Amino acid sequence: MRHTISVLVENKFGVLSRVSGLFSGRGFNIESLSVAPTMDTSTSRMTIITRGDDAIVEQITKQLNKLIDVIKVSDFKNEEYVDREIVLVKVNAEPNNRAEILRMTEIFRGKVVDVSPKTYTLEVTGSEGKVNAFIEMIKHLGIIEIARSGKVAISRGRRTLG
Amino acid sequence: MTQFTGAEIFVKSLLKLKTALIFGYPGGVVLPIYDELFKNPQLRHILVRHEQGAVHMADGYARATGKVGVALVTSGPGATNTVTGIATAYMDSIPIVVFTGQVPTALIGNDAFQEADIIGITRPCVKHSYLVRDVKQLAPTIAEAFYIASTGKPGPVLVDIPRDVATNKSTFNFPEKVELRSYKPTKSGHQRQIEKLADALENSKKPVFYVGGGVISANAAGELSKLAKHTHTPVTETLMGLGSFDSSHNLHLGMLGMHGTYRANMAMTDADLVVALGARFDDRVTGKIDEFAPHAKIAQVDVDPTSISKNVKCDIPVVGDLSDVLKKLNVAVKKRKVPWKSKTKEWVQQIDEWRSSNTLAYKTKKNVIKPQFVLEEINKITKGDAIYTTEVGQNQMWAAQYLTLTKPRTFLTSGGLGTMGYGFPAAIGAQAAFPNKIVIDIAGDASIQMNIQELGTAVQQNLPVIIVILNNGFLGMVRQWQQLFYENRYAYSCMEHQPDFVKLAEAYGAFGARVTKPEEVAPAIKKAIKLKKPAIIDCVVEREENVYPMVPAGAPINKMLLA
Ligand SMILES: Cc1ncc(C[n+]2csc(CCOP(=O)(O)OP(=O)(O)O)c2C)c(N)n1
Repeated sequence: MRHTISVLVENKFGVLSRVSGLFSGRGFNIESLSVAPTMDTSTSRMTIITRGDDAIVEQITKQLNKLIDVIKVSDFKNEEYVDREIVLVKVNAEPNNRAEILRMTEIFRGKVVDVSPKTYTLEVTGSEGKVNAFIEMIKHLGIIEIARSGKVAISRGRRTLG
Repeated sequence: MTQFTGAEIFVKSLLKLKTALIFGYPGGVVLPIYDELFKNPQLRHILVRHEQGAVHMADGYARATGKVGVALVTSGPGATNTVTGIATAYMDSIPIVVFTGQVPTALIGNDAFQEADIIGITRPCVKHSYLVRDVKQLAPTIAEAFYIASTGKPGPVLVDIPRDVATNKSTFNFPEKVELRSYKPTKSGHQRQIEKLADALENSKKPVFYVGGGVISANAAGELSKLAKHTHTPVTETLMGLGSFDSSHNLHLGMLGMHGTYRANMAMTDADLVVALGARFDDRVTGKIDEFAPHAKIAQVDVDPTSISKNVKCDIPVVGDLSDVLKKLNVAVKKRKVPWKSKTKEWVQQIDEWRSSNTLAYKTKKNVIKPQFVLEEINKITKGDAIYTTEVGQNQMWAAQYLTLTKPRTFLTSGGLGTMGYGFPAAIGAQAAFPNKIVIDIAGDASIQMNIQELGTAVQQNLPVIIVILNNGFLGMVRQWQQLFYENRYAYSCMEHQPDFVKLAEAYGAFGARVTKPEEVAPAIKKAIKLKKPAIIDCVVEREENVYPMVPAGAPINKMLLA
């Protein structure tokens, strides 16, 4: 099972290694991880995507809770949250495929954020599925490099983590 | 406001926390702190011989007293030498604070002389750690470190202090109260869960209390004893739980698990209700996990939610401090009109029957000292009024099986990590806390050589710890496994060369005696007690004696090999 775990932590040095250490110490892979301060700059939010047996993930979330610098942990269930990811894609922009690139980017409501004589850099935001689909669609045009943010997630409705 | 150096703040903070004792070893970057210790002799410092020893001493002090143990070492090799001690305390949830010196903040990350990333190295084996980067943070950090080490599920906390932090100045801003938004250990157990647990006890015909070190660390042995006696429920203990229930009581089952008693393992296998109290279902206890307590409902009380249902699925979880939960449980069971005694009468009879098979009996031999016999002699001499520590191996298991233990905090042993070399320094720590008690380290001839250098510390401080070596000339427990599971191939488990332990003791200024006949054991130990001097009693025992009962690793616990 894939899990989206949202963790509110004290914004202190060393927190990231403590959190990631819990995963690596158990031989668990983190598929993606994003961290940034929240509105209250003394705290940060991490969104961690991991895959594993429910019981083990439950154990990990309990262990996360036990870390002194962790304020709150939530293992999001399917319908409870929205998530988004951003991708930056650098593609070959030859005269013969520029129109196609722009069309695809438009369809995915993306933007061109950087241009050079031979390349375009595109930005697309959306669910993971949408980002995957976009990459799939422009693959044949010659992707040079990709940077994905990893997912950020937030609970739906009025519920909050912190 | 008056300004103080970090070193002054360090000392003032420890005095404020009523620290009586530091176990430590100086070096370059902690010299400013040592200079302050020199000026403040009211804060006693014990100079050890190896930093591992300092941490085990702080740990032994903490286990014996329930207070936070403190160690202080320098950066680099001083810090890395503490790792085994920290891991030992971590596995057994012992409250200690380890202060390590660090190179000046400007040099951190430069591979400076004697720099080690001790925060990184110890991260998986501390409850928490701090690198203090600003002297203003020093006092609040020390306050937090003690608070975290000693509350919730206790554990080691490391505080890394760069040299310039010790020399820079700040006001003394020690907080009166520590409040952390991200750390709020659950204290009080949920009443509804406690009632459920009381219901389960009421409805059970074959209940067992399975008690771990959590009962001792929460100082809940008194409540446990009341509860067990009132509900007439037998008690079995893990290695870490020993001492929490009077071992002479007829409800006492003794230790369970791999080298547990026959009655304890049979009772767990037959029970209809197992109530785990501050115990974590370690693999040495459960044996084959699918066949562990197969007929029982499982209830579990623990201050640490991560311990609950970790290895065995639990039907009635109660999160809370054990002394609080057991207090409430005592009230809850007293409210119920249950004929407790008659309810478990048959169960207790069955247990008496198992007990009568006396699987701890051993064959005596004329003129040969049996290791078990040494422990029985010690029981007769101390009458249970002593603090025992152990090394690791057969000595540890025999100590657990044969010593009479009537009080908590009197049996100090490395349960989780199984650290050879733990017992002697831990005994020094306990003796430093209780100078007038008899403190005995039950040792093996191999383990004792792992921290034997601390004889220097014991003699210098006049701490009359008695080391009783059960000397079989083998890495005994390893040899036992090789005999039973590797067809007698004793690969590198024989210590062919040993020091003369008597001369060794004497070289350090301690008392040494070697005994080879059963009748010499008691007089030698009595003499050591009388001398009030650190001592080694080297008991030459039956070389190939095994620890029984034994459950082979991975087998169900009722399938015991018996002597
Ligand atoms: C530091 C460390 N190294 C290795 C081991 C593995 N080990 C467990 S028991 C044992 C033998 C201990 O021998 P001894 O101290 O003579 O005790 P005995 O079993 O003979 O009583 C060994 C090597 C350990 N527990 N700790």
